[in-house]
Amino acid sequence: MQKSMTREQRNMRSPYMIIMTVLLILVSLFFIFPFYWIITGSFKSTAELNIIPPHWFPMEPTTMHYERLFVEPSFQWLLNSFIMSLISMILVCIVASMAGYVLAKKRFPGRVAIFSLLVAAMALPRQAILIPLVRIMNTLGLHDSLWAVILPSIGWPFGLFLMKQFAEGIPGEMIEAARIDGAGEVNTFLRIVMPMLKPAFGALAIFTFIIVWNDYMMQLVMLASRAKLSIALGIATLQAEFGTNYGLIMAGATMGSVPIVLIFVLFQKYFTQGIALGAVKG
Amino acid sequence: MSSITYGKHLFARSRKIQRQQTRVAYLFLLPALLFFFGFVVFPMGMGIYTSFFNYTMRDFDFVGFANYAELFRDATFGRSVVNTMIIAVASVPLVMLFSLWVATVIYQKPVMNRSFYRGVFYLPVVMGSVPVVVVWKWIFNRYYGILNWVTQTLGITQANINWLGDARYAIWCILAILFTTSIGQPIVLYVASLGNVDASQIEASEVDGASKWQTFRHVKWPSLLPTTLYVAVITTINSFQCFALIQLLTSGGPNGSTSTVMYYLYDTAFRIYRYGYANAMGVVLAIIIAAFSTFQFRVMRTDD
Repeated sequence: MQKSMTREQRNMRSPYMIIMTVLLILVSLFFIFPFYWIITGSFKSTAELNIIPPHWFPMEPTTMHYERLFVEPSFQWLLNSFIMSLISMILVCIVASMAGYVLAKKRFPGRVAIFSLLVAAMALPRQAILIPLVRIMNTLGLHDSLWAVILPSIGWPFGLFLMKQFAEGIPGEMIEAARIDGAGEVNTFLRIVMPMLKPAFGALAIFTFIIVWNDYMMQLVMLASRAKLSIALGIATLQAEFGTNYGLIMAGATMGSVPIVLIFVLFQKYFTQGIALGAVKG
Repeated sequence: MSSITYGKHLFARSRKIQRQQTRVAYLFLLPALLFFFGFVVFPMGMGIYTSFFNYTMRDFDFVGFANYAELFRDATFGRSVVNTMIIAVASVPLVMLFSLWVATVIYQKPVMNRSFYRGVFYLPVVMGSVPVVVVWKWIFNRYYGILNWVTQTLGITQANINWLGDARYAIWCILAILFTTSIGQPIVLYVASLGNVDASQIEASEVDGASKWQTFRHVKWPSLLPTTLYVAVITTINSFQCFALIQLLTSGGPNGSTSTVMYYLYDTAFRIYRYGYANAMGVVLAIIIAAFSTFQFRVMRTDD
C-alpha cells in the first residue's frame, strides 16, 4: 500500500501540504463570501438585514426585494448587457481573426510598422481616451446608445494579438495547398484558417464577453437614460438612489453577477487558456 | 539569353503576386485598422490636442501648457498621484507573493480541484466591480456591516468603526477589495508557467536531497521570472486604473483622501466639465503607464 503511492499522493498527504490546504480553504472563503453575502442578502427581509449579530442564512426568505427590483427596468438592463457583450464578442472575433491571420501569415510592406503601432497602443490606458470617445460618440449621434460601448471595445487590439499568436501555428503548407487547389483568399480563410483558430475563438469570445459586461467606466460615461443602462450601471444607480436599502441593492447585484458567473463556469476552460496564451508571450 | 528573359518574366510574375498579396493583406486588415484608428488613435490624438486648451462646455481657447502647469500646483491632483502610487506600491508585492503561493499550492492538486480553486480566486473578477463593491460597502458599513461585528467578536476592536468614512482606514479598505479583484489573473498565469517548469529537473533536485525551498529557489524560480515581471506590470497598471472602486465606495472622500488619478480625471471631466484639464491628466497618466509598459515589453520581448 505504502509503496504503491505515487510521488503526488505522498506529496498530498505530507503535513506541509495539509497545512497549506487548510490555509488555502480559509483564504478561499474570503473570496467566496462576498458572492454568498450578495445572494443570501437579497432574500433577507429588511429587518433581518440589519440584525446584529448577523444571520448567516435568511431565516425567513422573502422575494420582496426582487419585486421592488422588477419595478425598475431591470430585465432591460440585463438584456442591454447581454446585447452589448454579444455583439462586441462576435465583431471582435471576426475583426481580430482576419487581422491576426494576415499579420501572422502574410509578408507585405508596412506589416512591421502596423504591428508596432498596435503593440504601442496596448500599453496605453484605455481610460485616457475616454473623454474624446464621448465627444466622438456625440458627433456620431451614438451617445446614450449601446453602440457607444460596443464600438470602442472592437478597436482595442488585444484580440488581434491572441489571434496572431494562434495563427502563427497554422502550417504554411496547408494554406499553400488550398491555393494550389484553386481556393481564393476568402475561401482559404473561411475553410482552412478559421477552423484552425477554433481554440482561439473560444478564448477570445468568452474573454471579450466578460470584459465588455464588466466595463463599468465605459458604460458610465456612454449610457444615460434609464432604459439604456447596463445591469452594472443599474446597480450603481440603485445604490446612489437607495443608499442603504441593502436588500434591493443585493437583489440587483445578484441579477448582475449570477448570469456572468454561470457563463464563466461553463466556459472556464477557454477563458483560462486565453489568459495564459495572451500573456505568456505578451 | 533565354534563361535571362525567363528570369525576368518570373520576377515580373512574382512582383505581381506580391502586389496582389499586399492588397489582400490590407483588405483583411481594413476592419481592424478602421476601428483601431477611429476609436483608439484618433481619440488619443484628440486627447493630446485638447489638453492644450481651456476646453469646457462653453470655451475652447488655446492655453499652451497651462493645464499641465496647473496640474503641478493642484493639491488634489498631487494627493491623487500619491494615493495611486500607494495603491500600486502596496498591492504589487502583495499580489505577487500571494498569487505565487496559491499557484504553487493548487498546482500540486488534482486537475479538478485546481480549476475549482482557480475559479474561486477568479470569482471577484468575473462578478464585476459593481456587485463586488456594493457588497463590500455593506460589509464595511458602520452600523449594519458584518465587519464591525466580526472584529468586535474577535476582540480586535471595541467600538463601531466608520471604515469608509475615516481617512485612516478608507484607503486600506480599498486596497483590500482591490486585492480580491487582482489576484485571479496572476494565479492563472503562474499555474500555466509552473506547467512549463521542467519536471525532470525538479525530480533530479529532489533526488539530490534539495529542500523544498532550495528546489523552488534554484529550479522553479528562474523559469517563473518572466511571469513574475509580467504580473508586476499588469498589477501596477490595474492599480493605476483603479476607478469603479473609488467612485462607488468613497467618491474620493473623505476630503480627497482616497482620490486616485483616474477618479479625479473622471470627476474633473464629468462633474466640473473641464475637459481640457482632464485630458491633460489623461496624458500624464498615459505617460506614466506607457513607461511601465515599455519596461514590460523590453523585459518580456522574446520574439518578433
